[in-house]
Amino acid sequence: MADFTLRIRRYDPESGEAPYWDEHTIDLEPHRSVLEGILQAKARFDGSIGIRCSCRAAICGSCGVRINGQPGLACHTHLDKALKGAKDGIIEVEPMGNMPIIKDLIVDMDAVHWKKVQRVTPWLINKLPVPEREYIVPHENMVDVTQSMACIQCGACVSDCLSMEVDPLFIGPAALAKAYRFAGDPRDAQQEERIRDLAEDPHGIYDCTHCFKCIEACPKGVAPMSQIMRLRRIATRTHHIVDRNNGERHESAFVTLVKDHGLLWEAELLPRSHGGDSFFGKFMPKAALELVDSLPVIAKGLLRRKVTLGKSILPPKDLPKDARAEITSIFEKVDDRGELRELNLYISGYDEDLEGAETPSASAAAGAQGQTSAESGQPGMTPEESPTR
Amino acid sequence: MKVAYWPGCVSRGFTPELHGSMEHIAPLLDLELVELDRASCCGAGVIAEHNQELADTLNARTFALAQQAGSELTMMNICSTCQGAQTECQERLDANAQYRALVNENLAEYGLEYEKGLKNKNLLWLLVEDYGLDELRKRVKRPLENLKVGPFYGCYIVRPTDRLGIDDDYPRDTYLGLLIEALGGTVIEYAGAQKCCGFPIITMNKEASLKQAGRHLGDAADADADCLVTPCPLCHLNLDLQQPLAERVMGRELNMPVLHLPQLIGLALGLEPKELGLGRHIVKPTSVIDWTTSVIAGVDDGSGALAASA
Repeated sequence: MADFTLRIRRYDPESGEAPYWDEHTIDLEPHRSVLEGILQAKARFDGSIGIRCSCRAAICGSCGVRINGQPGLACHTHLDKALKGAKDGIIEVEPMGNMPIIKDLIVDMDAVHWKKVQRVTPWLINKLPVPEREYIVPHENMVDVTQSMACIQCGACVSDCLSMEVDPLFIGPAALAKAYRFAGDPRDAQQEERIRDLAEDPHGIYDCTHCFKCIEACPKGVAPMSQIMRLRRIATRTHHIVDRNNGERHESAFVTLVKDHGLLWEAELLPRSHGGDSFFGKFMPKAALELVDSLPVIAKGLLRRKVTLGKSILPPKDLPKDARAEITSIFEKVDDRGELRELNLYISGYDEDLEGAETPSASAAAGAQGQTSAESGQPGMTPEESPTR
Repeated sequence: MKVAYWPGCVSRGFTPELHGSMEHIAPLLDLELVELDRASCCGAGVIAEHNQELADTLNARTFALAQQAGSELTMMNICSTCQGAQTECQERLDANAQYRALVNENLAEYGLEYEKGLKNKNLLWLLVEDYGLDELRKRVKRPLENLKVGPFYGCYIVRPTDRLGIDDDYPRDTYLGLLIEALGGTVIEYAGAQKCCGFPIITMNKEASLKQAGRHLGDAADADADCLVTPCPLCHLNLDLQQPLAERVMGRELNMPVLHLPQLIGLALGLEPKELGLGRHIVKPTSVIDWTTSVIAGVDDGSGALAASA
């Protein structure tokens, strides 16, 4: 047994009093969970501590909190590991973010999380006619949606979503991962309608800022951000949806510019993202409006010689001509082939972990629409040696 | 120390002062830069979103070029986004031999092949892990005394931690603080150090994007920072280039200079602000920081000229 001190954030909105910190020292074996620590503090010192929990085995998703600033399940975090992350030897436990507090560590999941999940029509809309017996679904397709099905709705990703922090209307990582679970299911009849709805929503798939917070937060390896990127890929590649949020225009402008010049040409990317993916894109009314809005910045940039006129008008010439040609030909070979070949590490794992077993083929991991992406995140799938060291 | 150097796109495009300042500090650190002048854009996550195999092929090409420059060389970048986007591709390539072979097939006709196991490190990681902060400290000519610096990492260099190899042995999410201290500066703690600058959605949701930048700049200002330092040029675009627009969205004055990592190092190594391109920023560091009393404390001559020349 060992002593651990917990610093718990207390707040009762109904009391009219300000939030405050409470400290309790509990006595438990180091491999016990933070949740058990909280429950001991509640039993021994203060029965009024508010915490929601049920299964205590990382299945029900009830006990999402922030421990030392990091979101996670209280029942899934060992006390000794939590102590390691503590700044001053005291384990700090707070309610999750981006959601209103009901009391202490209990947040209002209904007001935010569940409302957003409902927003994405979280059920299957059957293709008709419904077969007499079962639907026959390719194995790869079901494997492909497995990752999003691992979600236990704990709200850890919602808690830390940086887009939601500035735009509370953002549908958010958990609900969008759920959206992929159905949009990626071959039995669903309304993939295009689902995707169009999420692409046209000003707070939909193009509101994600790529910050990896949800991937880091998720205790189940769902990698919501990767599911959002798959939704975007279906929007642009499968259904060619040119959305009002410039999502498709931005992607196609980026890809075309790198294809043509080998490097990114920022001066051209911004207007094309608003006006359309061609040299004339910048003369479209939407691009012109954007240009006028940015004039003070552009003027200052030119004045400071940060950006030269030449650089704004001419494409980047940092690469030799033959290198540019090589890059263009890679685009033609790989991108214009039409077929998408992908590897999802969540499913395939790493070679090192599969010694003795058959190496999974790259294409086996690809879904029927090829909508897979790579995430690790599942316990036991971490490579022995990080490639980057 | 010799490295295969990948400068990136933005460091030569909209933030030319980044590539420029890197070239200025390299000789002072005895870093020999073998520039990968044929490599392509890393895709910044956008190309991977469009077509994963395409992004993996482009970056495998860059890795192969680095290995061609010298099999023992570490590849070095100066952009958080390059680090994150390239590591994502490398993780897949290194994890699965069959997939690697498939991608290498795309490169065969150019005589290129990526072999598993390249080391690819941001300047920040390289300095702390390979070069050593003690070695860096020895070369500091002008300690950044009294300069209060807020670190701003950029998402791609701190998350996901397992992919980026961040753990107790390699606490890479603390390196900026260590580096600022090694240069003699004071680290400012504020809420936004590891949050998102908002740049990826600037064309999709401009208001949310600028709110993110503005909030972090404001938090740093409230924590009494003189400036921010970032290893990410894309963050620099939203934090510095867009700062006037962020001020408009936030409805408050920010006036927070943002330095590129090599610029901060260069100042401590004794280089002139002008050589480091500090005058090219939208928020001129010289308009906020009194160089005569803070950064150049301890240097007798040229202090007045410094402030004037930038």
